[in-house]
Amino acid sequence: MSSEKVLIKGNYAIAQAAINAGCQCYFGYPITPQTEIGEYLSAEMPKLGRGYVSAESELAAINMVVGAAATGAKVMTSSSSCAVALMQEALSYACSDEVPVVVVNVMRAGPGLGYVYPAQGDYNQAVYGGGNGDYKIIVLAPATVQECIDYTYKAFYLARKYRNPVILLADGLLGQMMEPACFGENPYPEVDVSSWALTGAKGRDGKAIYSCARDEKAHIQKIHDLFKKFEIITENETSYEEFETEDAEIILTAFGSMTRNIKAAIRVLREKGVKAGGFRPITLSPFPTKRISELAADGKDFVVVEMNMGQMFKDVKYAVEGKSNVSLVNRPCGEWLSVEEIVSSVEKILNKKEGAYASCI
Amino acid sequence: MQAVFSTPKSMKEDFKFTFCPGCDHGIAVRLVAELIDELNLKENTICSTCVGCSVFLYDFLNIDCVEAPHGRACASATGVKRTNPEKFVFTYQGDGDFASIGFAESMHTAIRGENISAICINNTTFGMTGGQLGPTTLMGQVTTTSPFGRNKEYYGYPVKIAEQIALCDGTAFSARVALDTIPHINQAKQALKKAFEVQLKGLGFGFVEILSSCPTNWHMTPEEAHEWVKNSMIPEFPLGTFKDLTEVGVNK
Repeated sequence: MSSEKVLIKGNYAIAQAAINAGCQCYFGYPITPQTEIGEYLSAEMPKLGRGYVSAESELAAINMVVGAAATGAKVMTSSSSCAVALMQEALSYACSDEVPVVVVNVMRAGPGLGYVYPAQGDYNQAVYGGGNGDYKIIVLAPATVQECIDYTYKAFYLARKYRNPVILLADGLLGQMMEPACFGENPYPEVDVSSWALTGAKGRDGKAIYSCARDEKAHIQKIHDLFKKFEIITENETSYEEFETEDAEIILTAFGSMTRNIKAAIRVLREKGVKAGGFRPITLSPFPTKRISELAADGKDFVVVEMNMGQMFKDVKYAVEGKSNVSLVNRPCGEWLSVEEIVSSVEKILNKKEGAYASCI
Repeated sequence: MQAVFSTPKSMKEDFKFTFCPGCDHGIAVRLVAELIDELNLKENTICSTCVGCSVFLYDFLNIDCVEAPHGRACASATGVKRTNPEKFVFTYQGDGDFASIGFAESMHTAIRGENISAICINNTTFGMTGGQLGPTTLMGQVTTTSPFGRNKEYYGYPVKIAEQIALCDGTAFSARVALDTIPHINQAKQALKKAFEVQLKGLGFGFVEILSSCPTNWHMTPEEAHEWVKNSMIPEFPLGTFKDLTEVGVNK
């Protein structure tokens, strides 16, 4: 199947990619719009002699994942928004424990129970985290079903390479739609985990994986070490996509599946004579702050287009640091902002008819 | 000369207990270490530790340990065991960890019949935070958050953990023991051994609830605390084995 192009739903693509990446066990609990991931793996994992656990809650699922990952096992869980909220405590632990967990969030609308239609309201949850203390998670945001596959492979690799949790931040649109995609071969090498994984104290003293601080000095040093590690991650792994930015006067910025709509909007705007370009962070964390800053220094304005109340908007503003104008085109959830809505909003911004906040309700 | 008493090999040479003087945790940890030695499990064991008085278990036992968040030790152990079925996996938790914040995880791990062993120290209180009302606080018992004694109107009833676990189809062994007398300590070790052996035989979830004294938070001397275990706890939490599938096997 590797080079064959198949028509596949995003959720199934993520599930099969996890298998291809070597996922040994899946732990999960159903929630729309990602339930197909668990359904698929419940059918496929036993055929491969691999594990599947129907956890009693997302709270249990993520703690099973952390326990398994502490032994060096390749494992994952998947869920959606309000249930990923239940996992935040364990993600804080996993960052401090430095265990490689992979979490897939196929976003639905919030806050609270929200609804099953798609949204991008978990940018803050993923990038800044809902757990306690100072910690950072690697966040990958696919825009196509093909990228759901590619970044699932990448998520397993980065988690183990850096001993850090990775969130694949998809949304209900991607999870539910079918697109042609190719699984290819998992391009990433195996990572040796033998130096830290718990395997039983054979021929050595027992070792422990824990987040608990032993003394103040060591605690402070540990957090500095974690942040130094993330500096290396930022240096090595920051990933973004740029289109037609060279001569652009205004850069449409989006993440995840909204990337598709800004690409189309840029074409329309170009046809209308507007020098529009696009910028799309692939890693939401580490965020491509440096590149946005460079583009802003060239005098390019930004319009952030997202399906939430401006969560990535503030990170773009932070990166721009007042060097150019940053506007927001958004809707909190539901029907994706259409190309027409984006184009007309950008035109309003260009005509100064709207301020920095041009919400498309 | 013959050595009649020594530290189990599964304990760290330089371990320093962080338990209060007179606390029974030290006895329980020692029993666990003795069994790990006797069953030759040290090199093949992964423990899921808890949050509470025994949070630093990995400083005492010379085995591999993963720290679980408060209440999640059984979930963590499930993850360890499902990806490492050949390892011996156990949890060591307090009553607050096992039967309050983590009761959903504990019960479902038993219901699924995970091949792990779980140990729960029941001292009727949240010991580490200074003696608050917990899931096993006795009716009428005064704690820092039940200053007028536990009553059903404000607090409801204490949980009988070992009986509840015994009700689960996936449980292979469930018993309640105490550490207040030498015979009880010997019985406790036998129960722990059974809870370990059902895992080694692949029969399902092995569980032991250990009634333990907490002199500090009960404001008693160690002797008075053991008297209280005998006179107040054991009548409410009867000792015994509530399920034992050693011969039958849960999957048969």
